Amino acid sequence: MSQQSNRDILKVDGLKAYYQMNYFGVEREVRAVDDITMTVRKNEVYGIAGESSSGKTSFIKVLAAAIRPPLRVVAGSATYAFKSGTIDVAHASPEEIEAVRWKHLSYIMQGSMSVLNPVRRIGKTFKDFAQRPLGLSGRAFEERVVHHLSRLKLPPDVLKAYPHELSGGMRQRVTIGLATVCHPEFIIADEPTTALDVVVQKEVLSLIREIQQDMGSSVVFVTHDMSVHANMADRVGIIYAGRLVEEGPTRQMFFAPKHPYTAHLVASLPRIGDTTQRPALEGRPPNLADPPQGCRFHPRCPLAVEKCRTQTPPLEEVAPDQRSACWRWMDVEPLVKPSAPVGVVA
Amino acid sequence: MSTLLEVNNVSKRFTMGGLFGRRVVDAVQEASFSLTTDKPEIFTIIGESGSGKTTLARMILGLEDASEGEILFRGKRISRHMGQAERLAFMSAVQPVFQNPFEAFNPLKKIERYLSSTARRFLRTSDRATIDRAMDEALQKVGLSLKEVRGRFPHEMSGGQLQRCAIARALIPNPPLLIADEPVSMVDASLRMSIVNLLRSLRDDLGVSVIYITHDLATAYYISDRIIIMQRGRIVEMGDARTVLENPEHPYSRLLKASVLSTDDAGAGKLATDPGMVDLANAMMGRAGKLVDRQDGRRVRVYDEA
Ligand SMILES: Nc1ncnc2c1ncn2[C@@H]1O[C@H](COP(=O)(O)OP(=O)(O)OP(=O)(O)O)[C@@H](O)[C@H]1O
Ligand code: SF4
Ligand SMILES: [Mg+2]
Repeated sequence: MSQQSNRDILKVDGLKAYYQMNYFGVEREVRAVDDITMTVRKNEVYGIAGESSSGKTSFIKVLAAAIRPPLRVVAGSATYAFKSGTIDVAHASPEEIEAVRWKHLSYIMQGSMSVLNPVRRIGKTFKDFAQRPLGLSGRAFEERVVHHLSRLKLPPDVLKAYPHELSGGMRQRVTIGLATVCHPEFIIADEPTTALDVVVQKEVLSLIREIQQDMGSSVVFVTHDMSVHANMADRVGIIYAGRLVEEGPTRQMFFAPKHPYTAHLVASLPRIGDTTQRPALEGRPPNLADPPQGCRFHPRCPLAVEKCRTQTPPLEEVAPDQRSACWRWMDVEPLVKPSAPVGVVA
Repeated sequence: MSTLLEVNNVSKRFTMGGLFGRRVVDAVQEASFSLTTDKPEIFTIIGESGSGKTTLARMILGLEDASEGEILFRGKRISRHMGQAERLAFMSAVQPVFQNPFEAFNPLKKIERYLSSTARRFLRTSDRATIDRAMDEALQKVGLSLKEVRGRFPHEMSGGQLQRCAIARALIPNPPLLIADEPVSMVDASLRMSIVNLLRSLRDDLGVSVIYITHDLATAYYISDRIIIMQRGRIVEMGDARTVLENPEHPYSRLLKASVLSTDDAGAGKLATDPGMVDLANAMMGRAGKLVDRQDGRRVRVYDEA
């Protein structure tokens, strides 16, 4: 085994997952995840960014072993190296997945209400999810849950509550509690703080970070909000039209991006105190049923040249630990200036 | 100066028979502000999750009655019990834009169906040509056209386009006031900017006023004329958006600004908030105090011993 594989907990290789639909006899295929290769290391927070419908959620649904038809894995693999053994969730049986769920791999879905059953008290939901993986029962189980909730600054009372009786921020903490109570090695979270106010958002984020560091787990964190990635992630990966177009250490991604789309995402963030008109990206996200030839970003790319229309750029290392899929990566100018040096000379 | 909207000492109390015993929630307490017809503006409401922003918006839309106080639109009282004709007239003047463009549309219905049913209802016509013209005009205002939209289903459009369509639908009756409750919270920064730029041009080019409810202080700063900041049902600070956001005075406003994640230190993992600041803001929670005027035109809630 190489050193590389020892450092990694998840290896995604050539993963393709498509929505295959049949509309009134017409076959339609939406290539939501189209040939993604990447790894996630032990004990890191890996942030995934991209615009709506770029395939972020579809991608992590595969990682979370939570896909349902019409979404299907059509090629590649997603292999975890858990303490209990390796598992390729793209091909594992439901029983094999059941054996790792919650205990090794947990998933915080978009919208906290989707895991919390509205007519079930929170305590019951904890039982449903965590009792079996934890192998505890009765008092021991309850004590464990109450202790875990207290770390999330939630009183034991919440176990008796129904979801609608809690505020948005409390519900979000409950969901994080559910996802972490079994001390999983790998946590996947999809937009866990969207629609929370900024005070609660920051609280929830630092909580996830704290728990991750305590347990030494890995976290894959999806959000379209770049300012969240700036403060949460160790590394950031950018998805565009079903493909990973750039990844690298957070600071480099913000201040020395090597893909025009990343540069745009980082620059489009408005700031308090700034009223200059910010141009939105021209054009619309590509249709994943019929994506553009060559580089999928070319119809909207300010740097596009003829070659981009026909030839797909490979994702290649362009700086230490940083990979980009762009023919002109050396011409990408960072659009934002850091407040301190970036630490790498491009 | 004539007033468009007048919110007078409005409170809303919900009673819930929950597990923790019977409980009352004061969702909104003594809110007052007004918008004039002469100067269209973007009026922003920002604040805690659950601080009453949506409740306030629902009362302005006539979907919820105030427990106390009154809301007047062009001098007429808004209530859930308006007569049908009155309600239709009111609804054609005050239109909502909802949060999530993907949820606002039924995936199995063509987008133009939403637009045409709104047009039919407010223009009181079933003449195809008139309806098409109204739809196209509204779509043109948001940078689209009927030609681009016709025949398409929601999944065939991007989030930004859908949100534009939702705004176009709201524009069909030519309302002077839009109520947009978190219209950008579900979209990425690039789309977010295209939508707030659109709201800005609706104000500047079409004279539409917008009540913009958001968690995003940066876009609030970018487009708002005035702002109110809410904590637990109460307005704690209000005034010119730039004045307030550049230099917030109330402890909760200050905490809010300090909690905005910055990208200046990207990669440094800075997520800590000054605990003193949090304590100070929490100490104000639920206390009545009173709003006082400041020299720079803002109003701030102050408390007896503070
Ligand atoms: N129909 C209702 N019945 C009981 N309580 C309600 C109802 N609607 C709202 N509330 C309560 O009123 C308060 C204000 O809620 P509201 O939805 O207006 O907040 P908000 O500021 O829009 O929050 P967010 O930023 O999370 O959208 C909350 O405590 C909420 O739980
Ligand atoms: S490969 Fe060409 S079109 Fe694609 S991002 Fe690079 S410059 Fe732009
Ligand atoms: Mg709301």
